[in-house]
Amino acid sequence: MAWVIAKNIIKAVVLGALLAIAALIVYWFFFASRWDWIPKYLPLLLRGLWYTITLLALSCLFGFLLAVPIGLVQVTGPGWLALIAKSFCTVIRGTPLLIQVWLLYYGFGSLFPQIGMAWPGFKEHFMWLIRLDGYWYALLAFTLSYAGYEGEVMRGAFLGVPRGELEAARAFGMSPAKVARRVWFPRAVRLVFPTLAGETVLQLKSTPLAFTIAVMDLMGVTSKIRQDTYLTFEPLMLLAVLYMGLTFILILIFNRLERSIPTRR
Amino acid sequence: MANQQAGATTSAVIVDDLHKAFGELEVLKGVSLNAREGDVVSMIGASGSGKSTFLRCINFLEMPTKGRIVVTGEEIALKPARDGNLHPSDKRQLERIRTKLGMVFQSFNLWQHMTVIENVMEAPVHVLKVPKAEARARAEALLQKVGLYDKRDQYPAFLSGGQQQRAAIARALAMEPKVMLFDEPTSALDPELVGEVLKVIRDLAKEGRTMILVTHEMKFARDVSSHVIYLHQGVIEEEGPPAQVFGTPRSERCKQFVSGIH
Repeated sequence: MAWVIAKNIIKAVVLGALLAIAALIVYWFFFASRWDWIPKYLPLLLRGLWYTITLLALSCLFGFLLAVPIGLVQVTGPGWLALIAKSFCTVIRGTPLLIQVWLLYYGFGSLFPQIGMAWPGFKEHFMWLIRLDGYWYALLAFTLSYAGYEGEVMRGAFLGVPRGELEAARAFGMSPAKVARRVWFPRAVRLVFPTLAGETVLQLKSTPLAFTIAVMDLMGVTSKIRQDTYLTFEPLMLLAVLYMGLTFILILIFNRLERSIPTRR
Repeated sequence: MANQQAGATTSAVIVDDLHKAFGELEVLKGVSLNAREGDVVSMIGASGSGKSTFLRCINFLEMPTKGRIVVTGEEIALKPARDGNLHPSDKRQLERIRTKLGMVFQSFNLWQHMTVIENVMEAPVHVLKVPKAEARARAEALLQKVGLYDKRDQYPAFLSGGQQQRAAIARALAMEPKVMLFDEPTSALDPELVGEVLKVIRDLAKEGRTMILVTHEMKFARDVSSHVIYLHQGVIEEEGPPAQVFGTPRSERCKQFVSGIH
């Protein structure tokens, strides 16, 4: 009896707390927050959204294209290539992404102008390299990062394909390249598809680091809005909602893809 | 050698003095075989006698240490490799020869990311370059034959072991191989599923297909084979027509081995 009463009290308290939070948010949204800046910054926000989306899509695409050979050579050899691939994955996975972004941006970003100073010919022909803005460094850093993590995932995936299925492919006269293309690779990708989906969602939420090297992605735009308007909370709130929306769309896409290729073993 | 009629004397597979060692361990110590067209050769023997290794050497899933292999009159060119085994020196020749050898594995080895019919069509379309429509028609006919037409659009994971093995047989047949190689095709099956697979293999034997069969199913080997080889510790201990090997074996060991089945 006492237990039932206690349970009801707990329920009431939790429910009350949730209601209070909801009421607070509603009150804040309607009476204590300002959203009049949105129309003015809409073009900038849309461009920021575009930067964020392309940073994610391109880095995942190129990163995956790199990850496949990185995973493969670790399984097939030759040994020296496997060692390089393994070292690459270890370095990428062992260092914070922020540091990689900064090392690339401030490293190469200052290397090229210095070469330009020392050798005018370089300046003449490779001005674009010297002028390269943060976006491209961010894209490179995110691509390498994705390649490093997914290279490791693909290594496991290639190892996880049952040997017998590869043997069967060889036994029917497939060349090694055909075995890889028709059986090994498609089979491996299906094994790790849910993992890749999850990693891509994580990658989305790494893209705000681009803002630290002056990229006007969603995070960069938000930061500018905050400086311009002296609003602390509203732009961040909008940013959170936008990332959530993007995540939701990503999950929808991956779910649809996953249903079109049965992964059951 | 049951098929002594004229015209049935072309050799489909000749294996000559095959040796295979894994490091120090010599698994095959000079095994020879001559399977003529229409022959059904069964290899029996205890586990570890080397019979599976022998079969896998025929299409070079294992590399032999020594010996010659001739498939439909074509000798496979071999060269010694650093691992101490012989490797095929001409990859194209090996791939071409393999298309003539339809392999059925103990653990089916269907490609799990393809449906049953895609499994059957895969090698004809992508290795032999058969047009898709033609390959599909042939695959449907073969699945009809092994009783899996209704399951053609299923993924292998949704099939029973017996169904998977029948699909694997259809996949091998789709290449229109000169010789079928069966590597313990029923050993991974639940007892109640063995019959359906053996029935399919029996039908193939009746059609006059050339087959080399590694099996533990003694009664089956006795019924379908034209020639039986009893392998013991990498050596042929006894061979001949099934009536001889199962009925009046000269070797004492063979007599003991087959005594359980009468």
